[in-house]
Amino acid sequence: MAFPNLRDIAPIDEVGVKERASRYQKRSLKGETKLSALRLALTMLDVTTLEGKDSVGKVKQMCRKALSPMASDPTIGPAAAVCVYPSLVKIAKNEVAGSKVKVASVATAFPSGQSRLRERLGEIKYAVSEGADEIDMVISRGKFLAGDYRGLYDEVAKCKEACGEAHLKVILETGELETLDNVRIASEISMSAGADFIKTSTGKIAPAATLPVTLVMLQAIADYHERTGIMVGMKPAGGISDAKLALQYLVMVKELLGKKWLSNKWFRFGASSLTNDLLMQLEKQRTGLYQGGDYFSKD
Amino acid sequence: MNRLEVKKTYKLYIGGKFPRSESGRVQTLTDKKGEVIANVAKASKKDLRNTVVATRKAQLGWAASSAYLKGQILYRLAEMLEGRKAQFISSLIRSGKTQKRATAEVEKSIDTLVYFAGWSDKFQAVYSSVNPVSSPHYNFSAPVATGVVGIVLDDSSTLLDLISQMAPIIVGGNTALIIVPGSLAIAAMELAEVIHTSDVPAGVINILTGELGDMVPTLAGHMDVNSISVSTDDTELKKTVRLLGAENVKRVVFVDQKKSALGPYPILDFQEIKTTWHPVG
Repeated sequence: MAFPNLRDIAPIDEVGVKERASRYQKRSLKGETKLSALRLALTMLDVTTLEGKDSVGKVKQMCRKALSPMASDPTIGPAAAVCVYPSLVKIAKNEVAGSKVKVASVATAFPSGQSRLRERLGEIKYAVSEGADEIDMVISRGKFLAGDYRGLYDEVAKCKEACGEAHLKVILETGELETLDNVRIASEISMSAGADFIKTSTGKIAPAATLPVTLVMLQAIADYHERTGIMVGMKPAGGISDAKLALQYLVMVKELLGKKWLSNKWFRFGASSLTNDLLMQLEKQRTGLYQGGDYFSKD
Repeated sequence: MNRLEVKKTYKLYIGGKFPRSESGRVQTLTDKKGEVIANVAKASKKDLRNTVVATRKAQLGWAASSAYLKGQILYRLAEMLEGRKAQFISSLIRSGKTQKRATAEVEKSIDTLVYFAGWSDKFQAVYSSVNPVSSPHYNFSAPVATGVVGIVLDDSSTLLDLISQMAPIIVGGNTALIIVPGSLAIAAMELAEVIHTSDVPAGVINILTGELGDMVPTLAGHMDVNSISVSTDDTELKKTVRLLGAENVKRVVFVDQKKSALGPYPILDFQEIKTTWHPVG
């Protein structure tokens, strides 16, 4: 798509968005609906480890957990993908081979993005050549905040090209974009430049994903879909650590984008500690007893 | 002109905060003549669940703090209670006790805190041992905190009972979730104010008031609670606690309040013994 006409983007009513988002926190799912939503959420996880101390063992362990989150019940899961640094893609790929679980890799000098474009593109190509199915790129927030919107568009388009067959998720790092208007503009530009997914955060900056920010991005996706007929996925990441909050996100997606988006093809959670909370809630529904962390594997 | 009386709202004490019950429920307390004394919060299952989370969160940090610090904090609790002695005595009188008995109970409560404060850096030595083994190893056993402990009190419990059960649990590095019935709610929530001003880290001691039947089964079945101390004559309640507690092999301790005497043994009730083998040389 061509560069979007930024004058067509209506300004965001920040108070209104926050109020609207807060309503999702005042309702809750119960019984059967809760059970199916918990199961659905587990299949939407991008199980993530993005730390300097990540090792082969840790990644293998995480892949095992993504493949079968609860050993006692094989009908639960598997997760949508595992998300790792480029150097660990090959290990993850071998581990999940033959399953539906995808391998996502962050690239483009994650998390800051402060490197030459040539290196960043090189990193994407490297991750793809190692077997990554999905690339999570970060945008140059400095460039964006300085008003270089065209620069951002070109950058995302070039990354998309470098991805080839791999899906591109564009991380806006909303915690650094200052205003919801900026979030909306960055979403529009990323989608026009070819993003398959837009993603809130790296998880390295606070605040990470929040309901209001996600609401603005979902609205942008809805409008883009209406204009062009193209579906774009959404991935809130960082800060979603309990099941209750995850279900609120799902309700929001359902209401803003409709049922079509309620699959891991179009919606993902980027999280590391959410898995266990979802499992604990499922177990609570099954046994009627509140669960404790001691009875679930950490990685 | 008459001054409007400022009445206290008795709420809950969870994670170092004084929230109302999420359910919004209250329970009205009356004296023997049927006059209303106060409304106190009536906690729900959901309050209980949130409290377990707060209690768990505080546990590792509290267990890791030095014995010296734990002792200091318990002593600080005693200091604060001493400063508010008159308030506690008058509140016990209001609930039907004589001046003499009320004074004795508050003083004994303060002394109990000081007593267990003293044990903070001594019980490990008393309960540890070096064990003889027939291989070239040092083998030693030492107590470590059980973890999250629920304390359940009933209508016959007093302020002194609450403190006598809480102090040994806390001094051993456990964190406590205390469930008190309405009859003890006012004294317990006044104690919460004392706890709150005594450098006790948030979440180490939590107090819920309400109906035992609402909360005890949930507490007993909760997989993230490691142990329960129960004072009750209700055999049905005891049975429920035993049955549900078996699910994650909780350590269940039934306390006979009539027989309580000061001693370090209650500390051991809420300790696990960890044994270590270490090669010689």
